[in-house]
Order: sequence, then C-alpha cells, then structure tokens
Amino acid sequence: MNESSPYKYLPADFRSDQEVKWCPGCGDHAILNSVLKALPEVAEALHYRHERFTFVSGIGCSSRFPYYVNTYGFHGIHGRATAIATGVKVANPKLSVWQISGDGDALAIGGNHFIHAIRRNIDINILLFNNEIYGLTKGQYSPTSKLGKITKTSPYGTIEHPFNPGEVVLGARGTFFARSIDVELTLTQQCLVAAAKHDGTSVVEILQNCIIFNDKTFGDFALSKELRAERTITLRHGERMIFGRNRDKGLVQIGMKLMVVTLGEGGVTEDDILIHNAHEPNPGIHMMLANMSYPNYPVALGVIRDVPDHTYDDNLRDQVEEVRAHGAYHDVDALLHSGDTWEVK
Amino acid sequence: MTLTPRTELDDVVIRFSGDSGDGMQMTGTLFSDSSALQGNDIATFPDYPAEIRAPQGTVAGVSGFQVHFADHAINTPGDLCDVLVAMNPAALKANARWLKSHAAIICDSDSFHEKNLQRAGFKTDDPIAELGLNDHPIFFPPISSMTRDAVADLDLDLKAALKCKNIFVLGLCYYLFDRHLDHTIDFLQRKFAKKPVIAQANIQALKGGYNYGANTHAFADTYSVKAAPSEPGIYRSISGNQAIAWGFLAASEKSGRPLFCGSYPITPATAILEELAKRKDLGAKTLQAEDEIAGICTAIGASFAGHFAVTTTSGPGLSLKSEAIGLAVMTELPLVIVDVQRGGPSTGLPTKTEQSDLGQALWGRNGECPLVVIAASTPSDCFHYAFWSGKIAMEHMTPVLFLSDGFIANGTEPWRIPSMSDYPAIHPPLIQEAPEGGFMPYARDAERLARSWALPGTKGLEHRIGGLEKDFLKGSVSYDPDNHQRMVQMRAAKVARVQEYLPTQTVIGEPEGDLLIVGWGGTYGHLLSAVQSLQAEGEKISLCHFHFIHPLPKGVPEIFRRFRRILVCELNSGQMAAYLRTACPGFEYLQYNKVQGLPFTVSELQAAFRQQLKA
Repeated sequence: MNESSPYKYLPADFRSDQEVKWCPGCGDHAILNSVLKALPEVAEALHYRHERFTFVSGIGCSSRFPYYVNTYGFHGIHGRATAIATGVKVANPKLSVWQISGDGDALAIGGNHFIHAIRRNIDINILLFNNEIYGLTKGQYSPTSKLGKITKTSPYGTIEHPFNPGEVVLGARGTFFARSIDVELTLTQQCLVAAAKHDGTSVVEILQNCIIFNDKTFGDFALSKELRAERTITLRHGERMIFGRNRDKGLVQIGMKLMVVTLGEGGVTEDDILIHNAHEPNPGIHMMLANMSYPNYPVALGVIRDVPDHTYDDNLRDQVEEVRAHGAYHDVDALLHSGDTWEVK
Repeated sequence: MTLTPRTELDDVVIRFSGDSGDGMQMTGTLFSDSSALQGNDIATFPDYPAEIRAPQGTVAGVSGFQVHFADHAINTPGDLCDVLVAMNPAALKANARWLKSHAAIICDSDSFHEKNLQRAGFKTDDPIAELGLNDHPIFFPPISSMTRDAVADLDLDLKAALKCKNIFVLGLCYYLFDRHLDHTIDFLQRKFAKKPVIAQANIQALKGGYNYGANTHAFADTYSVKAAPSEPGIYRSISGNQAIAWGFLAASEKSGRPLFCGSYPITPATAILEELAKRKDLGAKTLQAEDEIAGICTAIGASFAGHFAVTTTSGPGLSLKSEAIGLAVMTELPLVIVDVQRGGPSTGLPTKTEQSDLGQALWGRNGECPLVVIAASTPSDCFHYAFWSGKIAMEHMTPVLFLSDGFIANGTEPWRIPSMSDYPAIHPPLIQEAPEGGFMPYARDAERLARSWALPGTKGLEHRIGGLEKDFLKGSVSYDPDNHQRMVQMRAAKVARVQEYLPTQTVIGEPEGDLLIVGWGGTYGHLLSAVQSLQAEGEKISLCHFHFIHPLPKGVPEIFRRFRRILVCELNSGQMAAYLRTACPGFEYLQYNKVQGLPFTVSELQAAFRQQLKA
C-alpha cells in the first residue's frame, strides 16, 4: 500500500492468499483480474479504505470468488447472496458491498431476491457472471441457456425461453445495468468502477465463458477481437452508437425499433446516429439496447443504464433520523412505561 | 358464577363473540385493558378464524375473545365462560361448548332472524332449545336497534351506525361488571382522532350500552371484581408478541448492538415485526423481506456486519428458513429465530395454537446442526426469554431458536414493568484489532468456546467465512476429514457449554412426590393451575416446567429421580417426551398429549393427573 494516500492501493493488496481453483481457461480468472484492478480505482475515487470492501456470494463456480479477494467476504447459500448482501448493507451503509452470483444463483434459485433488491434500489454492486450453464453441478441448463440448448438435463434440447438478464433488471426498475465480456478486461474494469460510483443497485452482467461445459457459447460475437469489433457495440454515455472495426456502422431509431445502418450508405451520416444517454429515466431505449442480439444487432456492452434515484439506504437513514427527531422514546425503560400503566402500592 | 343477585365476585370469565367483522377482538381487548387498569389480574385468549371476513353469519366466520379477570392471581384465560356475548346465531352456536353450566348469555335479538339462523345452520327457529341451553339465563336485548338509536343524532348511514354495536355491548358489560368508561373513551378519541364523528358515535354507543344496563331491570344486579393483590410496582398489560419485540430491544440496548429484524409477515408472528417497525426511535431497523428466506438471510448479513439480528416466523416459515439456519450455525454468527408455533403440518391451523415444532427446532436441518432452543411460557415472560435469547446468541456466537405459540403470542396479562437496571449487560466478543500472531476467525475463547465477532469495516481483520466446512482456526475452507469431525464436535460442544450459563432447573411444589408434571412453553398457566389445585387437595404433585430446552439446564435428573412417576404434557404427540428419552435417559416418561389447535383446559389436566395419581 502506498503511504502517500490512505486510499491508494495496488491490485495485489486485494489478492488473497488462497489458491484459485477455477478450471484453467475459465473466464472467471479474467474477471478476478478486472476486479482486482477495479478495486484500487474505486478506493481512490470514492475514498474507501481497504477494510470497507465486503464481498458476498451465493453458490456456484463464481461464488467462490470472495475467497480470492482479500477483503471481508461471505460465501452464502445458493441463491441468497442478494439477501445476505442486503442485510450487510442495511446494517452498515458505509461498507462497499459487492455481490458475486452466477446466472443460476441470481436468476433461478435467487431470482426473487434479485428482483426485489433491484426494486428497493439498495446500494450494492451485483456482478452477474453469465455463462448460460450450470458449471459446478457439471453441465445442466440455466435460466439463460438458449432455447434448444442440449445439456445433461435437456438431452433433446431445452424447451424453455431464457431470461435476458438486462431485461429482467430493467423490468424490475433497475437504475444501473452494464454488460461486459470476461476477455474485455478494461471494459469490465470500467463497468465495475461505474457500478461502484452509482448509488443504488448496480448490476454488471459479465458474459463468461465456461470452457468445460459451455465453451464458446458467446463465440459467434465474442470469440476474437475482430468479431467483437464487428458484432458488439460498446456504449458510452454522450457518445454516438457507432461500432465496427472501421467504425462504419451505427444505430438509428426508426419508430419503435432500432436499426443498424452503415455510415455513408444511403446518405447516412454520423449526425443520424443515436447518442447514448445512460441517464435517461425512461427505460424504453435501454430495454431495446439490452435486448439486442446477434445476428440482427450488435450485442450491447458498456454502461447501458445509469439513472439516479432514491436508494433504500438513504431512505432508511432519512426515516431513522426523522423518527428519532420526533420519536417518543429514547430508551427501553421509557418504552416499557408507555401507554396505559397502573400502580400497585 | 351466574347472574344471580350477588355484588362481589372473585373471578369472572367473559367471552365476546360475533362475526369476524364485528370488532370482537377490539371489544375484548378494551374490556381486559379496563379490568387491568382497575387492578384485576387478567388473562386473555383471542380465538379467531384465519379468514379476515368469512361469509357473514356463518359458524366459520365467528371470532371470539375470552377475558378472565379476578381479584387473585390467575394463570389462564379460563376453560369455560361465565358470560357469553353472542352478536349473532352463529356466534352462539360456535361458542355453546365453552359455557359453564349456568353461564349467562347475552344475544343481539336483532340478529336472531330467520336468515341468520339458517346461515348458522340452525334447523328450527329456536336456537336455544336446539343447543340445549334452556337452563341458562339468556338475555335478548335489541343491541343493533338500540345502537342505531344511540347515535341517531349524528346523521351516520346505517352501516356506520351499526359498526358501533360492539361498543354498545361493551358499555352494557361495563355496567354489569362495574368497569370505568374513561380508558375506553380516551382510546376511542385517540383511535378516531381524524374522524371525530366516528369517535363521538362510539362514545355515545358506549354510554348507551351502559345506560341501557343501568335503566333496565332485565339484569338484576351489577357485579364487581376487586383488584388482585400483587407485588407493588408499576404495571401494564402486555401480549406475548409485544413482549418479544421489547425483549429484543432490551437486548440491543444492553449489548450496544443495533437491532435488525428481517421478516416476512406470517400469522401468528406478524405483530413482532409490526411492533419493531415502530421502533426506529430506538434505532431498530426492520426489513419486510420478499420471502421467509430473505428474512433470515438479510438477518444473517446484518449479523455478519455487527447488528443484533433476529427473524420472526411461524412453522411454515421456519421450514423455509432451515437451510439458512444451518448457514448461521456454520458461520457461528449470533442470530435469534422466533417461531410462534401454530397448528401444523403445512399451512395447518394458522390462528390456532400448538407445540408441534419442537422436533423441527431441535433437529430440522441438514447435517449435525446444533443450536440453542428456548421457549417462553407466558405473554409477559416472552420479554425475559427474548432478552436471554439475545444475550446467549451474542455472547456465545450461536443462533438461538426461540419458541413461542399462538396462545401466548396473542394472549395478554398484567406485567410488573421491570427496570432495565435489573437486567445484566451483554458482552458480545467483539474484536477490534488482530492479536499477536494474526487474526484467526475461528479461534475460540476457552470458556464459552465462542469465536470472536470481527465486523467488516475493521482494519486488519479482513476474513472470509461461509457455508463450507471451516478450518478449526483459520476459518478457511477445509475438506480435511479430521478437521470436519473436530468441527462437528466443536459446534455441539459450544452449544452444550451454554448449560454452564443457565439457571439450574427448578420445580414448583415439593421436590419429591408421587407425580411430576413436566411441561414446556405456553402450557405453563394451565399446568400450574391444575397442579396447584391438586396440591391444595393434598396430592403429592409438582411441576417441572422448561424454558431452556437445548441444552437442558443442570439439575434435571436430580429432580426427575425424586418422583414416582413423570408425566410429560404437551400440545403435540410427544416431542418433548421423545427428546427427554435421549437427552435425559433412564426415566420412564408417561405422556399426556393434545393436538386440537387449542390450549389445554385445567379440568382435563386435573382429570389426567388424578388418573396418574391413582395408578
């Protein structure tokens, strides 16, 4: 730790002494590196000391994450990370609370807690590692597995429609949603820092490759740098929605739909391209962006939505202060004697 | 008692009953509060259906509230009533079984018309004969129409006017039993502060009922019940659920740890969450969770972060919380789980009482998963044991399962208000900095075997815990076979060690004799009354009532050894008896069980005890 500033740390300050036990080639390694780089940046930007960081997880491969970060950590039970993280944050709003969950943990067994944390807008950062498969139980389909996906529990292909996490977040009144890909270390880091800066529930979906049970599930748009340049779009607030290796493609809105156009074709100029406004309260366009999928659209990456709103923690603090200012009782003795009492002599 | 000319009574049980929308719970509560304020000992028993408004006029929709008030100490709301107020035929039908042999009955004659008789399932137009109640003194005042007349000058619509009829009948009962009106008038003015016309209507109805009693000759005399002699002090009336909430606030104050309650509403536990939700002035944080599991998991998170965390529920919710309780056992965090028991299994009998979750409390988790089990036995001692649950949870770093039940949760009794200075301090093993050699999250103090509580935000104590098996010192994940066995034994030993900090088990009555009655939890009042009545007859019978169930307090075999027979009485099929057979072997445990969703009656207990004494 750098002695010059109390908030200056190195990634190594956040690395724990535990041996990392994910499979070689797992996307989780890259995400861990992004997190270890993001934490010092967050600490410095927000003036957080090392001990304020708390990581909470559920069950699954990704949920081993807290063991690998040298902060306070709580490895919970399946699906309940959001509820545990909520309790931590309510008890001590000063903590910087990070939740690590997979697609099963957050959207199947823990779906209820996930949507209600978002609805409450409690100030926690949820990292949703989406690999569209159950890894730790060795290869069953998840609520984000593509329709028709063949897995051990769907030998003839799934017959269920998958969730798109972004759509769920926005449907639950989410105030922050970002998306990255495990291999995009810098973008992931940027999304994490933005999530930490956002007051309220921040969800960062990280498309993560499970090399053993679902290798290349995002391969058609994420396999190489070239493909990612052509088939994804990184959104930045205030910038035009332009993508492509040659930055020659963009998004325009026609009626209620987005459309991909090529700059220079049919008279399209840069001025026709949409400017990304992550702070727009109306979630309509954010929903359209989050729902874009290859091959009809590029997959949207970056901070898609970042809207200020009241947080649960702030509302709780304000209510406690308000009640305490006007409250009837200052200790338990006074409470016990409240209301109707009588004396026996 | 009967309504024969006699002015002074020592003991009265009155049961108010009507449609679930008729306000019988409020009527009964007001009557018992007024009686408590006049110095009587009281015990109450709300008996209501799970449905908020079952079909009007049907037996299924009848709501009752029984008040027992006396000039001496009483332990129960009474088996049977001296006076039954029945606001409609269904109420009469549903409650006929609770009448003493010459109990007086007061019915609203306006509601005893053909349609209501049919709805209540009467086959004739003479419900009295049909129920075989001809020997009872029965009064049929036209309560509805007199209520209407009492508020006639206020221009209320008929529906609003008739809503006051419960208060009219309350006024009548106040006249009959010489209760003061002032407390109720104050209450009505406060309750309807924003609707002064409604407040006025209710006050007029109250006085109308009172004056009707005074002016009519239908009721031969008035009765009074003198104040009960009690220990000097300031008293209040308190229900079990309220007392639990306040006991937690007391434990929070004494420990310096802010209170957090994560809960999901469930009958009959909801009032604890409601009570705590009011107490932001005392720093209590409540979170109405999205489900039972989130209730306990938010509490576990809050406990990890340093709050005194509780979650409150009833049997079905306890089932949902099982896995998370295991997590709290594994992470060795303080937590109190309240189970206000109701009839089970499944949804069971939500508004009825039972003691059938004991087995679940003791063993209802995967793995070997020991925790402390404590049971309260009266509405007011819920305060005491809620406090002790918090003290044990925090000082021993363990979850505590606190058992209450529907009977004591909703029942009320007078309570001599304690001073917080009479309660001990609570010293959680908080740690502020790493000891020499480094911080070991699972290092324990030798006395209690409790690990220390290192709160996130504390510099230098960063650590990771979770549901995977822990290394016995470092707390890191360990799959080592010997470590696992060691930890299984350590968790059991830690809970067993709590015994050293519990009061020695006591017995009520002579320390030896022919029959020892063993009970636990909310059956205390009934068992005590039955035991005392037989003691008064010279029988060698004593009561051993448990509040601390796991671990058992010291001194139990020593007590058991000195009785010829042991009869374990509980509102289930024998769960405590089964537990005692393993926890305190070497004795023959006879059983007396009842699983009807109802409390014991003193008379059935007396009969059962006599049978054992003869054997």
